[in-house]
Amino acid sequence: MKRRHFIGGIGALASLGGCAATTATSRRHVVVVGGGYGGATAAKYIRLWSVGAIDVTLIEPHAMFISCPLSNLVLGGSKQMTDITLGYAGLARHGVRIVRERAAHIDFDKQAVLLAGGQALRYDRLVLSPGVDFLWDQLPGMQRTSAQDTVLHAWKAGAQTVALRAQLEAMIDGGVFAMTIPPAPYRCPPGPYERACQVAHYFRRAKPKSKVLILDANEDVVSKGALFKQIWATRYAGMVEYRPGFHTVDVDAAARTAISELGDKVQAAVLNVIPPQRAGAIAAQGGLANVNHRWCEVDFLTFASTRAANVHVLGDAVFAAPLMPKSAHMANQHAKVCAGAVVDLLSGRAPNPAPMLTNTCYSFVSDREAIHVASVHAWDAAKKTLLVVPGSGGVSGAGPANALEAAYAISWARNIWSDTLSQAAEPSVYRSRGVR
Amino acid sequence: MHLVMVALLGAATSAASAASATPAAAADNRGQRLYASCAGCRGTAGAGSGNSGEILPVLAGQPKDALAASMRAFRTGERPATIMQQLAKGYTDEQIELIAAYLAAQPGPAR
Repeated sequence: MKRRHFIGGIGALASLGGCAATTATSRRHVVVVGGGYGGATAAKYIRLWSVGAIDVTLIEPHAMFISCPLSNLVLGGSKQMTDITLGYAGLARHGVRIVRERAAHIDFDKQAVLLAGGQALRYDRLVLSPGVDFLWDQLPGMQRTSAQDTVLHAWKAGAQTVALRAQLEAMIDGGVFAMTIPPAPYRCPPGPYERACQVAHYFRRAKPKSKVLILDANEDVVSKGALFKQIWATRYAGMVEYRPGFHTVDVDAAARTAISELGDKVQAAVLNVIPPQRAGAIAAQGGLANVNHRWCEVDFLTFASTRAANVHVLGDAVFAAPLMPKSAHMANQHAKVCAGAVVDLLSGRAPNPAPMLTNTCYSFVSDREAIHVASVHAWDAAKKTLLVVPGSGGVSGAGPANALEAAYAISWARNIWSDTLSQAAEPSVYRSRGVR
Repeated sequence: MHLVMVALLGAATSAASAASATPAAAADNRGQRLYASCAGCRGTAGAGSGNSGEILPVLAGQPKDALAASMRAFRTGERPATIMQQLAKGYTDEQIELIAAYLAAQPGPAR
């Protein structure tokens, strides 16, 4: 495939005129935007399931894949960034061409993606897996100069994860770590509560006089509620305080203060603001984010956008079906339903009429114990959506969170990294501290 | 028994090889597509994560009947588990058979 799907700059794109229905070659070309759990999986599986017959280009500006799952363990101190950082070489071995650039614009009429560098890439089908963007305009104080360097989100794993860990390490014993949670839906429903456990785990060892304060815009814990509350009341008794109904509407970053819609102010030694979210900007273009201007509605048989032809959206950016979380596992699952449909449609076949998905989500409550939530989702032909199969799914059983589930959680991470990237994790994962 | 199993695996493997020479036909990729919903935890095509020290057995190449029996035992609760009982309840007998047949036809770790 090499470079033949590049069609030059904007001028070349204009000169294509109305011939959008034809391609320069007979081979079909799929462009995937975003190399996270959704996009990377889609790119790989389109290559696998077309047996190499479809060319796939993945547009991803970052050189390395950094996993959000397990990133809270970096905050807790039992994992390092190297443990959650992987490369894209495995996808290249599947024949996925990786373009390390940012997708700047989509020309839906000409079926082309314009890269930030000015080049255009034609597609027969486009798969968007852009994750989430933050709605900073809903937190005016966070738009002030350097506010976002002072008050961190760490809700996209990477430099922010490292910086928040450094803030925790620098905090005096006896300080308060406060975390704000936006109204659902947001990326990774149990993630904030796992983070509270991880910070408490660190404080228990290193700063036992310190507190963890959860300021949740929701009226109750969004995921695994009974399990998390039990752990806070037992393992972290006296250290974790949960305050529901605290809807953060502004932040005074210099004073490390969160302000609720009722005017309550909470000051903290370390303030961690998880901002409200919407579909990544590239998917918001052209009206794809047609649900509250935030999320993209799709046909769950194919993950095709309901707004633009030959465009698919998956992962956190999607307006979810009932009880479908914005999770890494779910993005990986969306990707395979989408990849199957793309291969079928480009091969002149009807897509699978009965797709199924699972969700499996582990949360670490210490460095060596985990809890889970799981579900199975199937296409409902009458309701035309994906619904949880009655009787399937559930959470960890009664009794203390345990090490066996932590071992399964690490196994889950290794397997989903392999399934998503065809890349084994760094060996340090298996030699590192805490769980193995 | 051992010989029979080897023979069955051999037959299944050749069938899979023949099928993979052309893009999978819509009629016989149901097991492959269904199994993809399991691959997040068990690896692409049942191959596991490819890492040493993996605690879960590799599913690829295991006998179809044993795989299907395991899933049914998870579903009834007969086989203890943390998460598999909850997941197995999401699949019908027919789906379990399709998944098991697909996995049995994949190259196992010995190859």
